[in-house]
Amino acid sequence: MRAEVAAPSILGVRHHGPGSAKAVRAELERLRPDVVLIEGPPEADPLVALAGDPEMEPPVALLAHAQGRAAFWPFAVFSPEWQAIAYAREAGVEVRFCDLPAAHSLALPEEEGEEHARLDPIGELARAAGYDDPERWWDDVVEHRGETGTLHAVAEAMAALREGHEPTGTEALREAAMRRALRNALKDGFGSVAVVCGAWHVPALTHLPPAAQDERLLRGIPKVKVDMTWVPWTHGRLAARSGYGAGVASPGWYDHLFSAPDRPVERWLAGAAAVLREEGLPVSSAHVIESVRLAQGLAGLRGRPLAGLSEVTEAARAVLCEGDDLPVELIQRRMVVGERLGGVPGSTPMVPLQRHLREEQRRLRLKPEALAREHDLDLRKPLDLGRSRLLHRLNMIGVPWGTTRQTRGKGTFRESWTLEWRPEFDVALIEAAPWGVTVDDAAAARAGELAAREDASLADLTSLVERCLLADLTAALPGILQAIKDKAALDGQVSHLMAALPALVRAQRYGDVRGTGGLAAITDSLLARICAGLAPALTGLDDDSARQMTGLIDGVHSAVGLLGSDLWQATLANLARRTGLPGIIEGRIVRILFDADASVDDVSVRMARAMSSGNPPERAAAWMEGFLSGGGLLLVHDPRLLAIVDGWLTGLPPVAFVDVLPLLRRTFGAFAPPERRMIGDRVRSGAPVPAREASDADEEQAAGAVRTVLEILGRA
Amino acid sequence: MTTVLRPHAEDLYAEELAVLAKDDDRPRPPGWRLSPWAVTTYILGDGDQITPKYIGPRRIVEVAVATLATDRALLLLGVPGTAKTWLSEHLAAAVSGDSTLLVQGTAGTAEEAIRYGWNYARLLSEGPSRGAMTPSPVMRAMAEGRLARVEELTRMPSDVQDALITVLSEKTLPIPELNEEVQAAKGFNVIATANDRDRGVNDLSSALRRRFNTVVLPVPASAEEEVEIVSRRVAQLGRSLELPETPAGMEEIRRVVTVFRELRSGVTSDGRTKVKSPSGTLSTAEAISVVTSGIALAAHFGDGVLRPADIAGGIVGAVIQDPVADRVVWQEYLEAVVRDRDDWRDFYRACRDAG
Repeated sequence: MRAEVAAPSILGVRHHGPGSAKAVRAELERLRPDVVLIEGPPEADPLVALAGDPEMEPPVALLAHAQGRAAFWPFAVFSPEWQAIAYAREAGVEVRFCDLPAAHSLALPEEEGEEHARLDPIGELARAAGYDDPERWWDDVVEHRGETGTLHAVAEAMAALREGHEPTGTEALREAAMRRALRNALKDGFGSVAVVCGAWHVPALTHLPPAAQDERLLRGIPKVKVDMTWVPWTHGRLAARSGYGAGVASPGWYDHLFSAPDRPVERWLAGAAAVLREEGLPVSSAHVIESVRLAQGLAGLRGRPLAGLSEVTEAARAVLCEGDDLPVELIQRRMVVGERLGGVPGSTPMVPLQRHLREEQRRLRLKPEALAREHDLDLRKPLDLGRSRLLHRLNMIGVPWGTTRQTRGKGTFRESWTLEWRPEFDVALIEAAPWGVTVDDAAAARAGELAAREDASLADLTSLVERCLLADLTAALPGILQAIKDKAALDGQVSHLMAALPALVRAQRYGDVRGTGGLAAITDSLLARICAGLAPALTGLDDDSARQMTGLIDGVHSAVGLLGSDLWQATLANLARRTGLPGIIEGRIVRILFDADASVDDVSVRMARAMSSGNPPERAAAWMEGFLSGGGLLLVHDPRLLAIVDGWLTGLPPVAFVDVLPLLRRTFGAFAPPERRMIGDRVRSGAPVPAREASDADEEQAAGAVRTVLEILGRA
Repeated sequence: MTTVLRPHAEDLYAEELAVLAKDDDRPRPPGWRLSPWAVTTYILGDGDQITPKYIGPRRIVEVAVATLATDRALLLLGVPGTAKTWLSEHLAAAVSGDSTLLVQGTAGTAEEAIRYGWNYARLLSEGPSRGAMTPSPVMRAMAEGRLARVEELTRMPSDVQDALITVLSEKTLPIPELNEEVQAAKGFNVIATANDRDRGVNDLSSALRRRFNTVVLPVPASAEEEVEIVSRRVAQLGRSLELPETPAGMEEIRRVVTVFRELRSGVTSDGRTKVKSPSGTLSTAEAISVVTSGIALAAHFGDGVLRPADIAGGIVGAVIQDPVADRVVWQEYLEAVVRDRDDWRDFYRACRDAG
């Protein structure tokens, strides 16, 4: 330690500016300070050592977490703060964070509408000089001058920019805290102190006012208990302007500027060519040469000493992409933003849940990645089944790492997922920590909690059952089933029961395999309640609710198809005999009965009656809509159905035909044009084909096949 | 005023070019009349003495000029009527002071148009000599170090297109008959234009394609921009055609631009109603000609003020390219959109009468 005490060196930087990062690094190597103070929460002091861990890979962020609020301090490799940490580690000097402790900043109310100049003062200076990209301005004005002590020039500019500005609110507190940290460092006997902070704060730290003033300001401000840790971060998050984003528009480009040893333009365009080649676009070295020349020509035309992002983008568009915008977007996505996910070492403080998830990820060989990637899982394989369960469980605790997509193949043993890891999942995991120490425990506890909610509707609960089965959370099931039983008994609304049934039936098909008893009893009782309550529920419905009810009836009907119940069929048959049902529902019920082989005469009589002029036209139209809903394809392929409709239609007297024409148009208009054409062809091609007579198949020979098919259909 | 129907850009804007050349102290590439910076100013205007020639994104012009300053050729792509030819003419006028070295690409363009032909009378009497040759515009541009323009490059047969490859890569034009060659002087380059919609006609071979930097000219981004383009061009045309002074009627210009934009994009300007798009391109250039002919009508047959009736005929003619399908599109648009606009009554009636 040196004997004399030098004045502290304040290095004002642009957060996440590669130019600043290089300048800070050079300046620190020149100054050789005994301690480096960095703008950041002091609670992170014990975590600094982790930054040197070989497994630590930026972009990462310091996460402060307290009572449902979280704050991040992201660092990329081109962040001046990260470079300061790296320097200190290599030089073996102490690093301290000097911002307002997170314990306070998380306790203070959030401030709205922060002034732009304070967020990005160098950007502001650049704009004043007519530059759109602050890094360009920094490069042109600061770097290329080749003078030493560029940071001092920036400090002077800041002093001018801040003239007459009186910090208030959080800003005043933060700067007071920074000064206090600076005083402490001096008091602790460090000979030379370097401070790395946002350029905006430089003037506030150059002249230290009496300590008592700051102490007074910092006394008695609210405080909460805060946990700090490192979390992986992504370039995309650095780019996002909102939320936890840092507002860096082109992190990939900055990363390149910082890490490219020389000839950044040439390297960048060669990289862009490689990206395009990967996508199968023919890009030759001659293209790259010409694009470099164009970028340089453009820079010359615009009076800039070196080509920047806008010049290389234009050059890539005109030469590499031959004027096509799609490949330009590809370069934008892959390179300019450059999705990259950082990594933190295993020794980082974590809640047990995070640690368990890491183990699970390793066990199931699922790596978190920032770019969305698709996975097709075959649930017959144990590994894929484990993955599927993990993803379902994570969804249950509010970590939507994977989202399911429509599967391409047929069959219930396949699942397609899109996996995209987002940094805020770490926060969600920390928030989920109270539910349990492993992912399964936490998910089961969460499911139980959801089921116990007062406001959970029956449909919510039944879909919860389904989700539990998918996530293999059998421990949670009995509680949820009990909750369903209670709710169903109390719920007088038949429509609620109807909405709940299909999910439950689907669950039962899985559930039986997985040995969850009790489900069948619940579905049976639910169905009984529905059948009993359906008739009164169908009276006095307006159009919208009638339409909704039709959907519910359809849902229950297809669910019952899986279950096989005579009760439902009988209920519908009874209903069909009643008068005064809304048209659309009656039409639908008649159709369901017709599909289930009610006699044809009966149906045609009903149709004629429903469409006769005694009924108001709206009702007739609704009836037809209900009867024919489910698309026109059935009409094409079911000769019986077509015969009925055709027979009724051709039997109409001319006057009546004119009357029903608008109604028919309304129904048929809803079909897709190709369906309409096919129906027309079918009618034109003569009399509808009669249903094929049952052939004299050898039942004994067919028995085996029939049994298998029935088993597949679940009716065995 | 000249007696020429349409003066060349370098003649029409000779004064502006002279002003720019006088104050231009930036380095000029060899063979250029102006520095790249001054060329950009000439095209985009400076808001004072220099009028804007091209109204659109600055970066497009910058890329185009920077391309010409390297020795790469420039390919301007775009749908018809996006000022490709216009921009290429003005670039040539500003860079070489000469926009006349022009090859028009058609299905019948022969190789002589790119290389050279022979004056057969002299060929017979003198035998092959330089005097018996008739040089093509490209050959003259090479010899004099100027810009050559190739219009509608993709309309030329592929073998004729490929004659450009040697010219562009070796910068030389061999004359095997004389065992000579013409080497390009500094300042030579080629600006080609091609139509986006015609890409399939005679698509460029990749060997030729990679000798060009491609700049895609967009359709005007906003209605305001398009109104500005149309009114500026209409005023210029009116002057050179010596039409009687007619109040340019911003109202009607805005109307034409609105109709064209709505039909082109398939949705009304308030974004509420979908409309069908006709088969024609309905470019800005067509909007300009509709308004110009409207002004001519108003000046010679009307009361000297541009009225809806004057432009209705032109619009109907521009929209209805296919007599059956487009007529349906236009009728639908008239009835569904135009009729409901209160201040468009006169226009609606005029269109009904015209179409």
